[in-house]
Amino acid sequence: MSTATIDASRRRFDVKRFLANNGALVGLLILCLGLFIATPDFLTGPNLLNIGIQVSTVAVLAFGMTFVIVAGGIDLSVGSVAALSAMVSSWLYVGSGVSGWIALIAGLVTGLLVGVVNGLVSAYGKLPSFIATLAMLSVARGLTLVISDGRPIKTAPEVSFLGGNLGPIPMPIIVLVASAIIASFLLNRTVLGRSMYAVGGNAEAARLSGLPVKRIVVIVFGLAGLFAALAGLLLAGRLDSAQPQAAAGYELDAIAAVVIGGASLAGGLGRISGTFVGALVLVVIRNGLNLLNVTSFWQQVVIGVVIALAVGIDVLRRKTRNA
Amino acid sequence: MKISLRQIAAVTATAAILLTGTTACNRNTAASGTDKVVLALSTLNNPFFVEVRDGAQAAAKEAGINLEVVDAQNDSATQANQLATAATGSAKVVIVNPVDSDASGTSVKALNAASIPVIGVDRTVNGADLASFVASDNVAGGKQAAVELAKSMNEKGSIIILQGVSGTSASRDRGAGFEEGLKAYPGITVAAKQTAGFDRATALDVTTNLLQANPNVTGVFAENDEMALGAIQALGTKAGTSVKVVGFDGTTDGLAAIKDGKLVATIAQQPAKLGQLAIQLAAKIIKGESVEATVPVEVVSVTKANVADYLK
Repeated sequence: MSTATIDASRRRFDVKRFLANNGALVGLLILCLGLFIATPDFLTGPNLLNIGIQVSTVAVLAFGMTFVIVAGGIDLSVGSVAALSAMVSSWLYVGSGVSGWIALIAGLVTGLLVGVVNGLVSAYGKLPSFIATLAMLSVARGLTLVISDGRPIKTAPEVSFLGGNLGPIPMPIIVLVASAIIASFLLNRTVLGRSMYAVGGNAEAARLSGLPVKRIVVIVFGLAGLFAALAGLLLAGRLDSAQPQAAAGYELDAIAAVVIGGASLAGGLGRISGTFVGALVLVVIRNGLNLLNVTSFWQQVVIGVVIALAVGIDVLRRKTRNA
Repeated sequence: MKISLRQIAAVTATAAILLTGTTACNRNTAASGTDKVVLALSTLNNPFFVEVRDGAQAAAKEAGINLEVVDAQNDSATQANQLATAATGSAKVVIVNPVDSDASGTSVKALNAASIPVIGVDRTVNGADLASFVASDNVAGGKQAAVELAKSMNEKGSIIILQGVSGTSASRDRGAGFEEGLKAYPGITVAAKQTAGFDRATALDVTTNLLQANPNVTGVFAENDEMALGAIQALGTKAGTSVKVVGFDGTTDGLAAIKDGKLVATIAQQPAKLGQLAIQLAAKIIKGESVEATVPVEVVSVTKANVADYLK
């Protein structure tokens, strides 16, 4: 009898907690329900597959951003790094005739290296990450233009494969799921991941308890660069060409996805699952606005309002939980 | 990296000035007592403006004008200095392709004060007087795009319009021209009109989304080639077969897509003609003839039939 009561109360408690912790998910469900009522084209197999493909770039970028934000930093350079990585890959493939796989790996290494530079400048150069990565936003975009001479370059077939299909399943979705699992594992199940929360929560306390804070920051930015490179290659693969202006402004989408997903820009808080939901919210809004043929002028207004609402709901829920 | 690039740019610019200087000298010996015209370009780092210069130089040779070309390397401050130099020199007419329409206003005002007529090319000048303004006719281009798309669709079906960056003049004019042109074809309806920001990746996503709501569209008009190429990517094998796509600009990738049959047509600008017309207007002004305030340069429809003339 007594155990049953405890079980029941625990179950009820869990539901409340679940809702409180997943404001973004509730927002996403409301959004989907609204679109389902508004248009018959929303909840169809092909459209859901589209959303899956379209969310891949933003979500992969945002996974990398989650590490940075959890560790108390910010990375404004991810869009430029995505473009630079894809461009380096295509440029090597077309220009110097390396094999497609090497071109693919070179793209990923480019992102990793640029990320590590961000981390070094921020950890050892003592520049706030906002400034360090703002500088990199410009440098990486500039380098992309320099090596491409402002023109699109064809991607290696191995990179295009990332944007294609594996049997009936689109590759971007496979890459998305794989990176979500890897990112989630890194953040939740490894010492490195738990240290990120510690550094973001209170860097000084983390340092005093013996964590190598600077090294962790370098790794965090390196990971963000690597994920950005993967996102850039995904995008280029879908277009069969690396574009000099690719992913411009995507850093803002990535930050929005992470924040909608419940992370705090103050650091120490955030989850990969939340970020994924946040990215879905952004993509579903755009998809829905296209399906409903909303004028382009209003779209930007709607997107802004929905972002504010999604985060607002989350903040409210946290408040009620704490009260 | 930055410094060395600047140095390269500086050397190239010096070389360009020296070259134009020497050709000008040659011409001085050929045709005596020529009038000097300064052509101030925003950049020569873009093939489009290189063609503007080439067209101007050819026309200047024909008209016996001593043409001096200066390149601002996309820097408003550099251009301001170049225009200030032109204002104090012996130039009869100054042709300006401003780096920035607003920023060039002050410099052009100084030329106005020195009673040197100014002709604008490709971009207008705000806050000062232009004797004439030569630019591509985006509205007419939009109309031509409507004709090409309608022809390829046998004048019936429904279409998607991919708009450029909201609020830009290129998007406004091309869009307005297209809708104007479409009025002649009542069999064609616009199923959806959405922005894709002149960007290929965005166009891919937006087109995919629009095809969900409108699976029966048989035509796409994109306000630039980049978006048209994104739409083609979204359409896959349908592009060029069951769905006809028309772009705008005549970029290298766009022309290649026409050759492959995926893009039905693109509307190409004629940069050389912009330069040529500017010089002809300058020659008229020097002779004391009156010129029109705006001179639109027609754009040409490029299809599979004539794409070979444009592929270089």
